[in-house]
Amino acid sequence: MVDTVVFILAAAICLTGALGVILARNPVHSALMLVMTLFGIAVQFVALEAHFLAAVQVIVYAGAIVVLFLFVIMLLGVDRAQNLELSVLPVQKWAALVFAAGSLAILALLVMVVKEPVTGAEAIGGSATGDENVRLLARSLFSDYVYAFELTSLLLVIAVIGAVVLARKPKNVVGVAPEPGNEA
Amino acid sequence: MTGDPLFIDGVDLVDIGIMAAKVLVAFTFLLVATMFMVWFERKLISDMQNRIGPNVAGPWGLLQTFADGVKFFFKEDLRPENADPLVFRLAPYIAAVTAFLSFAVVPIGGSFGSGSSGTVTIFGRETYLQVADPPIGILLLLAMSSIAVYGVMLAGWASGSKYPLIGSVRASAQAISYEAALGMATVVVVILAGTLSTHGIVAAQAGGITRWFVLSSGVVPFIVFLIAATAELNRPPFDLVEAEQELVGGFHTEYSSIRFALFFLAEFMNVITMSAIMVTLFFGGPAGPILFGMTWFWPTVWFLLKVLAFLFVFVWFRATLPRLRYDQLMHLGWKLLIPLILFWLMFISLKELRAANDWNWIATYGAAFIALAIGTALLLAGLRAGDRAFQDELEEA
Repeated sequence: MVDTVVFILAAAICLTGALGVILARNPVHSALMLVMTLFGIAVQFVALEAHFLAAVQVIVYAGAIVVLFLFVIMLLGVDRAQNLELSVLPVQKWAALVFAAGSLAILALLVMVVKEPVTGAEAIGGSATGDENVRLLARSLFSDYVYAFELTSLLLVIAVIGAVVLARKPKNVVGVAPEPGNEA
Repeated sequence: MTGDPLFIDGVDLVDIGIMAAKVLVAFTFLLVATMFMVWFERKLISDMQNRIGPNVAGPWGLLQTFADGVKFFFKEDLRPENADPLVFRLAPYIAAVTAFLSFAVVPIGGSFGSGSSGTVTIFGRETYLQVADPPIGILLLLAMSSIAVYGVMLAGWASGSKYPLIGSVRASAQAISYEAALGMATVVVVILAGTLSTHGIVAAQAGGITRWFVLSSGVVPFIVFLIAATAELNRPPFDLVEAEQELVGGFHTEYSSIRFALFFLAEFMNVITMSAIMVTLFFGGPAGPILFGMTWFWPTVWFLLKVLAFLFVFVWFRATLPRLRYDQLMHLGWKLLIPLILFWLMFISLKELRAANDWNWIATYGAAFIALAIGTALLLAGLRAGDRAFQDELEEA
């Protein structure tokens, strides 16, 4: 009973947030709506007794990633609605519509066709609560999934280095002279 | 098994009543403590600067904050024309609510150790003297401090004005940078205690000063936590977020009336909460000798005294230390605190692993020492190369 109410409320929050992300005209409002969705998902995790994942959801996604989104939005000054008619690819809008409809159709088909659990794997946490939850998660991350885990971190490091290299000012590039009076 | 014993055998009206009472007491305590904290800070700084400080409202000026609060309520609430109306209103509430929520996990009393598990009996029910003991425990603090960034950031952006925007960009960069060091210092404590629950962390420190994590973790995590917490609170010497000489008032420049009061409240509430968290993590929480009678009374007294000591330290920082420059701030956070606490974290983990698996002393620490030496050399080389590139760029410009 309580579970159902919590699920419905959290799901409503998630969906409202998700709709807000795409419907809000201001990018900052969109980012805030995204935070709302992430919070709704965190509540769902708590309802599933995955407390640690809920905390991670809030700390990492809401607390770090969306903050970075906002950071970029503010620094680049794109915090105003843009005219959609000026988009570079006119086809883009229609292509997006087609792909969205396609994805939705596939999802609906999956829900209707698949009746059994997809992988059959059991949840790692099971019904464990509190510290046992964290312990089991850590054990499986650093035993069964250790290669995937370490490779992901490697991938992130590569991404960071790539971003830094791309963002650096080109040094001594032939043909690109600084504009007069524009030097720092 | 963690969790408040109050909820073990179902929930009835008395349980709900106790819970409501706890929330009310904690909230009132925070509000009153904030009021006196403002007075305490002003009075202490006046003493350190050979001034008198507030002395008109009430005895020793005790009611000064109360008078200021009443005044805030009756002032006109201004909103700049360029402001984003909704977000401008939302931001102060985010700041105030997160400031209050983090306090919920702090155990403010109860005697631990020697048979008792920190419970008190109210109306025939056993319960902990803390508002909530969620399974994620101390992670709630990190979650709330990462949400609190939104209050500052949105306030600065929604004001639609330049100084607040600069202030809020500085604030969010600072908060994200120091959160890493803060989190890793917390992880050291979590490793030593073997639990995330704040109640469990306090219970693990029961039984004498030597078991307090400030000593058994080797002081370094505490110092890193103290510095990172000061930065996280935007307190001097890390207050370039609201540097008056440069930014008027930082993110809250455009706020007035009760909305400004909410930011002010959140700031001082956070100082009190951070002090309480430091007492919980490193100084045994409410641990202390029970002098006579009343076992439930003394732990709370010790807890409050320890918190007061930290509040004094924060004011002391403000009165004595000059503000850091922005590059110094980033240097301290990323190049000093994070590597230091990272090494310490690995060292503590190794120590615990060695004890658990009974590894050979010399082999373990020998290997650790070699790895540490290589790591430090690499880090120093990297830092030097970075500094040289920076200098080159400066010279070119």
